[in-house]
Amino acid sequence: MAKRILEVNELRTRFHIAEGTVHAVNGVSFYLEHGKTLAVVGESGCGKSVTMLSVLRLLPIPPAEIASGQVLYLGRDLFQVSEHEMEHLRGKEIAMVFQDPMTSLNPVLTIGHQLCEPLRAHMGMDKQTARERAVELLDQVGIPDAAHRLDDYPHQFSGGQRQRAMIAMALACAPSILIADEPTTALDVTIQAQIVELVQRLRANLGLAVIWITHDLGVVAEMAERVLVMYAGYVVEEALVDDLYAEPRHPYTLALLAALPRVDRRRDKRLRSIPGAPPNLLAEPRGCPFAARCELAFDRCRAEMPPLILVGPNHQAACWVDVTSGKRR
Amino acid sequence: METTRQASHVATLLPDELDTPPFSLGQLVWRRFRRHKMAMFGAVVMILLFVYSFGGSLVFPESYANFADTSLRLSLPSAQHPFGTDTIGRDVMARTIYGGQISLFIGMLAVLIECIIGITVGALAGYYGGFVDSILMRITEAMLNIPEIFLLIVMAKFFGGEIPEIDLFGRTFSGSVVVIVLIIGLTSWMYLARIVRAQFLSVKENDFILAARATGTSTREIIFRHILPNSIAPIIVSATLGIANAILAEAYISFLGLGVQPPTATWGNMLDGANNYLESAPWLWFFPGLLILMTVLSINFLGDGLRDALDPHSRAV
Repeated sequence: MAKRILEVNELRTRFHIAEGTVHAVNGVSFYLEHGKTLAVVGESGCGKSVTMLSVLRLLPIPPAEIASGQVLYLGRDLFQVSEHEMEHLRGKEIAMVFQDPMTSLNPVLTIGHQLCEPLRAHMGMDKQTARERAVELLDQVGIPDAAHRLDDYPHQFSGGQRQRAMIAMALACAPSILIADEPTTALDVTIQAQIVELVQRLRANLGLAVIWITHDLGVVAEMAERVLVMYAGYVVEEALVDDLYAEPRHPYTLALLAALPRVDRRRDKRLRSIPGAPPNLLAEPRGCPFAARCELAFDRCRAEMPPLILVGPNHQAACWVDVTSGKRR
Repeated sequence: METTRQASHVATLLPDELDTPPFSLGQLVWRRFRRHKMAMFGAVVMILLFVYSFGGSLVFPESYANFADTSLRLSLPSAQHPFGTDTIGRDVMARTIYGGQISLFIGMLAVLIECIIGITVGALAGYYGGFVDSILMRITEAMLNIPEIFLLIVMAKFFGGEIPEIDLFGRTFSGSVVVIVLIIGLTSWMYLARIVRAQFLSVKENDFILAARATGTSTREIIFRHILPNSIAPIIVSATLGIANAILAEAYISFLGLGVQPPTATWGNMLDGANNYLESAPWLWFFPGLLILMTVLSINFLGDGLRDALDPHSRAV
């Protein structure tokens, strides 16, 4: 078994706002193995990004509060280290790429400046060495004429190029974990494919472990080993990617897959959408959050949140119903 | 026929022409500023005033500005003394030159102090928010609630005459110049602090700030390298207008006799000297008054132009 590089246990994150308390992340646990890719899927607002921002301690406190949990990076609890140490870890050991490359670069600083920043902060490089390394990095992520583009401002880069530059920034200090928060959502499909291909290549070359947050189940199948399905701040299913597609064990995963267009399915059948909307996170969670939208729900679902139950080797689902047999637990 | 004409049109575009580099931020600002006639007028007048004050000292030595010939007191403007002479026979023109140096110097230095305090207070309040913000903003409001003139007078009385003379740029200044600079700086930073705070509050919410923090950028770098340059436009405008206000403030307190002490001339204390001769010797107040007016007006025009030119939402090019 590969070494666990990151382990998150029972993470709970809340936001205290004027309207009350938002229960954004409710006891999420997962692990990441060295050099592997973990995909996190789920619809908007289900706590994927907040989980990752909590791990990196990037949420503003207040209004955010990390109510409980443990984040072990190589056995070290990131919630116990000082903010100063955390600054050294961010970018150097764990890097993050964000969703929208159009707004994630500072418009008044050159790409080169922003690319050199982590190099100088973490690697102690001088201006000249950092610049040379920055050219290599831009080259590595496939930006032509890198030496000249370094002095360009973000508005002179296209969307795809910006996301490449963001990835170059994230990888500048050779981190061991890359957290990619929907890095392809804001890009058109051809660029999406290029970015996915780029990250896969870099992962193989650098021995990087990747957490890939996405709504795109197609991308998941292509690049991840394991998948975490999240819903309303809970992990509802965790499985190896092939198992998840072959045999989804949570009604929510089933519904997600049914909503996905596939070439190998009859075309005259309509895609099924999931009725209803995710629950209001302002309410204290009680029972299974998916119960209100679930066809299989029964009394116990509405009263008690099911724990993650082992349903096969390396496969867990949080459901009181065994969806393959229809048996209630 | 139509298509061939279009084709030939496209063919005439050379690769070089297609690849014109976009305007840099600085070029855009300059283009917009140049279109603003009043601002260009203000800029030109300001340059002329600087040339007058600093270039003029090459023509007249400082001793000449302070040289009193009592036999020539209160003489009308003439070829010998183009702006006339004052109550003890000093040349008014030479004194406006040296007074201009002090007035402009006070204006710029006071704004420097204003910027240092205002930006620091605003940045800390805006960036950290919460408790720090509350404390700093209450102090700012308290300062704002005290009438500025009153504050100026009290502080001028309190600090006045306690600082010895100083030598700078080959000139000897009365210590009161430093006091005045400090006083004006210390009483004028509040509006700037509010502007900076508001800018920080909005700029820090940008994704690129989160992205910068995710690469491990330190708080200091985030404040000074990421947020401050994104907030610079209103700061520049406010600082420009601050120069005009500082020159006016200096004129007030000098006029009240609490400012820069003679024999060091400033436009303000020259007005004070003219107090008793408003009708009998109008040239005593006319020339320094005109210079103050020109400075303040042109700086305000300049500030207006900068505000429009630096506005990133402006579509004009």
